[in-house]
Amino acid sequence: MGLPSRKNCGACHFYGGGTDGVKHGDLDSSLFSPNKKLDVHMAVNGPNFSCTACHTNVNHHMAGRYSSDPAPVIHKLAMPKDYGNRISCESCHSSSPHKDSKLNDHTDKVACQTCHIPRYARGGVYTKMWWDWSTAGRFDENGKMIVKRAANGTIAYHTKKGDMRWAKDVKPDYAWYNGKMDYLSLADSFDDSKPVSLNRLEGSYDDPKARIFPFKIYLGKQVYDPARKTLVIPKLFGKKGSGAYWAEYDWNKAVAAGMREAGEPYSGKIGFVETKMFWPITHMVAPKEESLTCDECHSRNGRLAALAGFYLPGRDKSDWLDTLGWIMILLTLAGTIIHAAIRMASRNKQKKEQIK
Amino acid sequence: MKMKIQMYARFERFWHWLQAFLIIVLLITGFEIHGVLKLLGFAKAHQVHIFCGWSLIILGVFAIFWHATTGEWKQYVPTLENLDKIARYYVCDIFKGEPHPHCKTREQKLNPLQRLAYLALKIFILPLQLLSGLWYYYYNQWPAMGLSGNLETAALVHTAAAFMVLAFLVIHTYLSTTGGTLFSYIKAMITGWEEVED
Repeated sequence: MGLPSRKNCGACHFYGGGTDGVKHGDLDSSLFSPNKKLDVHMAVNGPNFSCTACHTNVNHHMAGRYSSDPAPVIHKLAMPKDYGNRISCESCHSSSPHKDSKLNDHTDKVACQTCHIPRYARGGVYTKMWWDWSTAGRFDENGKMIVKRAANGTIAYHTKKGDMRWAKDVKPDYAWYNGKMDYLSLADSFDDSKPVSLNRLEGSYDDPKARIFPFKIYLGKQVYDPARKTLVIPKLFGKKGSGAYWAEYDWNKAVAAGMREAGEPYSGKIGFVETKMFWPITHMVAPKEESLTCDECHSRNGRLAALAGFYLPGRDKSDWLDTLGWIMILLTLAGTIIHAAIRMASRNKQKKEQIK
Repeated sequence: MKMKIQMYARFERFWHWLQAFLIIVLLITGFEIHGVLKLLGFAKAHQVHIFCGWSLIILGVFAIFWHATTGEWKQYVPTLENLDKIARYYVCDIFKGEPHPHCKTREQKLNPLQRLAYLALKIFILPLQLLSGLWYYYYNQWPAMGLSGNLETAALVHTAAAFMVLAFLVIHTYLSTTGGTLFSYIKAMITGWEEVED
């Protein structure tokens, strides 16, 4: 017996959603043998950490995020003797790992991942960013399945799955996050006039446990119940006659079968609604030389341009103060220029009079 | 009769020019941090700004010591006497080529208007800038010091004071050209020697 290797964990976790890199933007097959540029900790020419180096366990309970539960994070050093979990960056690095104290001042509000994972899906594997189920089920004139590829070689359309878009080397989105998530369940109804968030992040600037954290925002369009305004479960796999979508390509049958088997109520009507989901980015930690520079966030239209609720130097200003300030500067400049002009004009006049 | 006297002591000139340099660099880097300019990049601008800020504080400590021990602080004691004449000179008489109403001497370097302006700079604008700067820089330590407040207030007070310093700099630089010749005041501040009425 031994510890599970990266192969054991990756066999499922790198392929979630059907194939390589679909769900997580930061977990894919490139992490089986990454170099330092991709992941400083897992690099085979570096520390060569396996998953279990950080995902430690206490009584067979693996450290990590469990659905809505946060990972057992304490934002300080965790010695094995007094704390069994080493899941957070701070467990080894502490919350003041930088030589520069101003950088350390960030760690209360900015997660390590935010600066140290400048982009995700950096290992050459594409991750799925958009998945439109509503266009699935088209066949060509010969009744054969259609598979279209995009210019970059990724699948752009598949009869079984619909339209999709993939990306690699992606800039994350950022949000306040205290480690807790709420998931939309079958019982929850929602406003279907705008994209539905399948999970909701907990945290804000005012929450002392929340920090700015990077995310992959996975967008899509999926089947739902427009009368009850709830999600539904379509049956995908199965034989012909079972109602399975991938056997009969009929959403009405697939949803009826799925909901019947799940024993959940639904109105009998179906529609498609746009959805989005936040996927935390925490793997693929880049070498420190490639971490974000200050300007990436401390600028007018930087990475945090959309994150409201707090004052960010370099991004924010008071419009009235700046306007007033610059008006004052312009007036003083104008005043000195006018004063200088009158001085010059009157001196020339005096000179002329002296000559006379 | 005109004669040349040593108007400014060596330390005074050193203090003046180093302070001028530091304030200009602080203004440039500060406005870069504020998002107005793009010269050094945020990281470098911040680093230079903090370095110059501390340098200015140290210089200020030496300058206060110098003013206190030499009695030069008396130059800034405010007075309203003849203030009207000085004001009249700058808005009117200067254009007629009339002499400056203030008789500048070693003991009375500053005219009443200068006394007020420099005193305001020294006891209001620069301390406001210094305190808001420290407040801004150490905001992470506020809770430990039992203080609360928000970063935005600190930043905005610091920005407002910066505009005041910049306005002072503009006017001060312009008025330095109003001596006997365009550069006579600046020359005096460099060499220390200035030609005055006997």
